[in-house]
Amino acid sequence: MSTPRRRRAFDWSAAVIAVLAVTAAVVVYFRDGPVRFLAILTEDLGLFGLMLPKVLAGCLIGVFVTLLLPRETIARWVGSESGIAGILVATFAGAIMPGGPFTIYPVAGALLAAGADAGAACAFVIAWTLIGYTRAIVWELPFFGPDFVLWRVIFSLPLPIVAGLAARAIWQSFARRDGGAT
Amino acid sequence: MSLIVDVLLWAIVVALGLAVVARSQSLFVDSLRLAAREFLALLPRIAIGMIGSGFIAEMLPQHLIPSWFGSGTGPLGLIIASVAGALTPGGPVVGFAIAAAALKGGAGAPQVIAYTIAWALFALPRVLIYEIPSMPPRVVWLRVAVSLPLPFLAAWAAMIVGKP
Repeated sequence: MSTPRRRRAFDWSAAVIAVLAVTAAVVVYFRDGPVRFLAILTEDLGLFGLMLPKVLAGCLIGVFVTLLLPRETIARWVGSESGIAGILVATFAGAIMPGGPFTIYPVAGALLAAGADAGAACAFVIAWTLIGYTRAIVWELPFFGPDFVLWRVIFSLPLPIVAGLAARAIWQSFARRDGGAT
Repeated sequence: MSLIVDVLLWAIVVALGLAVVARSQSLFVDSLRLAAREFLALLPRIAIGMIGSGFIAEMLPQHLIPSWFGSGTGPLGLIIASVAGALTPGGPVVGFAIAAAALKGGAGAPQVIAYTIAWALFALPRVLIYEIPSMPPRVVWLRVAVSLPLPFLAAWAAMIVGKP
């Protein structure tokens, strides 16, 4: 396999959240009583059950897409000479790219190594963060419902493009300054 | 809604899976194993996030939310919401759980949008654990710098349109 991934099931960020969760659970138990505690627990377990098939599907899509999408092709599309079209392509790719931070940042790093420019990489990461559909579907939808998520995504649509163009301009002005100095 | 999403996602899975099988069967088996490993590694995080988020939301000082993040708080509310979002720990669900609880507790929609976007873009554990090791740090800081105005832009759009 060409995409080795190191992932520990439990690291310090998970530990921070675990401590927060346990503290909150204990506080709720003693403040609001066991009935309220159990009600919240059942509700959350139900949500967790609903989430599992989506997460499994997300994992499969992530692995399949990484296999099917040749990185060279992407790099050709989003190099520093690609203009605003390259930023748009990067935004679109980020939006449709499934997987979590475990897949998105390594792909962005690979794109950079293969010749994508910083602006495109920024647009890609920001697009995945703000308008990525798997993220919105798997994580956001259960909490907010379709109406809120839809509007949030619509308002976010232009953001990766704006930020990507700004990043490219800043990157190139730094490169020019560095180039002039040496 | 959840069912439609499941059907859609699994239709994509089947289509992509067939494309991989067409290329190579051994590759397909390998990718199934990889996906299963990823899924099992994700499980404890998701369990903690989902089960914990309800308790964390319950602990929020609900009575403070309208005065801090209410729709009448204007630009200051947006700034507080964005800073709060950046300070919220990462992990897939904590930010969404808090934001959803705040929305129910009387926060304004633009403030909640600013919060979730700031959390998605800046949550430090995610930047430090996943982003920095995978990308050149200079590009990461550039990414963070150009992202700074984004929560405000989205919230501003929400205020102008008057939705959701």
